[in-house]
Amino acid sequence: MALLEVRGLTMKFGSLLANHDISFDVEEGSITGLIGPNGAGKTTLFNCISGAYKPTAGKVLFAGSDITGWPPYRVARLGAVRTFQVVRPLNDMSVFDNVLVGAFLRERDLTSALDVAECSLRFCHLEDYRDKLAGNLTIGLKKRLELARALATQPKLLMLDEVMAGLSGAELKEAMELLKEIKAQGVTLLVVEHVMEALMPIADKVVVLDGGVKIAEGPPREIVESERVIAAYLGEKFSRRLKELKT
Amino acid sequence: MRHRQSGFGLGCTIFGILAILPLIPGPLQGPFAKHVLVMVLLFASMSQAWNLLGGYCGQVSFGHSVFFGIGAYGAGMAVVKYGLTPWPGALLGAIIASIVSLVISYPCFRLKGHYFAIATFAIVEIFNRLFMVWYWVGGALGLDYPIIEEGWRNFMWYETKTPYYYGAFALFVLVFSTARWIERHRIGYYMRAVRDGQEAAESLGVNSPQVKLTAMAISAFLAALCGAFFVQYNLRVDPPMVMSLDMSMRFVLITILGGLGTLWGPLLGAAVLIPLQEYTRAIWGGLGGGVDLIIFGLLIIVIVIRQPRGLMGFVSWVVGHRARARGRG
Repeated sequence: MALLEVRGLTMKFGSLLANHDISFDVEEGSITGLIGPNGAGKTTLFNCISGAYKPTAGKVLFAGSDITGWPPYRVARLGAVRTFQVVRPLNDMSVFDNVLVGAFLRERDLTSALDVAECSLRFCHLEDYRDKLAGNLTIGLKKRLELARALATQPKLLMLDEVMAGLSGAELKEAMELLKEIKAQGVTLLVVEHVMEALMPIADKVVVLDGGVKIAEGPPREIVESERVIAAYLGEKFSRRLKELKT
Repeated sequence: MRHRQSGFGLGCTIFGILAILPLIPGPLQGPFAKHVLVMVLLFASMSQAWNLLGGYCGQVSFGHSVFFGIGAYGAGMAVVKYGLTPWPGALLGAIIASIVSLVISYPCFRLKGHYFAIATFAIVEIFNRLFMVWYWVGGALGLDYPIIEEGWRNFMWYETKTPYYYGAFALFVLVFSTARWIERHRIGYYMRAVRDGQEAAESLGVNSPQVKLTAMAISAFLAALCGAFFVQYNLRVDPPMVMSLDMSMRFVLITILGGLGTLWGPLLGAAVLIPLQEYTRAIWGGLGGGVDLIIFGLLIIVIVIRQPRGLMGFVSWVVGHRARARGRG
């Protein structure tokens, strides 16, 4: 049984079909990528899984429980924790206290929560900024803070919404290393990403969305070859030309 | 964990100074000065009770005079109607205030941001009118205390204000210790997380409705205890005395002046505003009511423009400045 199972998930906003009948699995201990062009419905899907939206139809199963429509805090308590694409630091709290809030999910008393927070702060290389107000960080650091905070909750499944967008080349490398380390610690990852070259080398499986529909699923190698994916990203015309070129 | 331990020594020092304040001979010995000191401690405690919800948890309530009033009526009813000591009345009042606060805020917390604050305005009016026409609690006439034996059992004194000072001091220690305890525990961090970003907090497993309701119940409980002290000090209570927007505003303004969401802000705010209020009232009382409120208003405007973090903002700026200067030297 997979850790996360999405079954026939549909989300409508009025007449807009943001997600249509999407099904996929996230295997325990893997990195699963979720990609697609702008407006493909990636973030909506994320919101449906994490409980920010209640899906119109379909089911979300996590660790054997049906979590469809649960409020976000219950989903988080069960072990599926997300980050936000548009970062949401707790602005008036220090970087350390931000991480500490996450750590309190599993550790009830201050002393053990401090240890966990410290650990995850170091893991994300944020220890130099610990006493700074989270609101004063640069965007790259805020993204890392999102990650540190989510990690401090000691999740089973970590859902990252474009944590690598807007990072420079060197930062990107660092972030990829970080994700691999997280995986090595036994945390399952579901990663929404725009930056293909960041995701492809580390993902075990990639799910591709376009126009609210799943158009492909498989190992990264197959995905980059897939005609439908190329068409979705680069347009029908280019895809046809590419095919002619190959034959 | 250096920055977490700091402040403990400061707290003990402040408690120590306040404990010996009435023993110092000099200008503080007069009955009026004592009265001002009692009021400072009472309003510092009350504003701290408000601060738990408004400052730490970010839910600005203008309804706290209701809980203050319920506590006052709890003690008042016990003494005046039932001939008991005020103690069980104060406790019962505090419990009822907590329950009322939960019943009120459960629907109100569905309103976000300013709408919550606006809803609490209405609640003060509702309770004020209700108590005005409620015959059982004395209606508009209120409750007047009978003359009974003075002392700690009845918590009333006629000749001296010193025991009242120590009563207010005990209340102050209780409320500030509670705030300090909360500040350093999970619930305190969760309260601040809800204030700074409800969605982010919930994504980290924080049950924000529950956190807000908890903050509200604790805040209302402590507010009611302050109200019980207030009625014992005045030996009478009527609805406009306790359940008024004017009273609510004082708690809010003192905290904003001192520093929202800071441990010592409410004491600092009360130490500035209450003497100002009492002395202007004594000196310029002939000009009609409200001179103190005009000065209040001006001070708040200046503070909010110059230092939105309140007097505590100035304090930490000065402390930081000196630390930096030392670091260079």
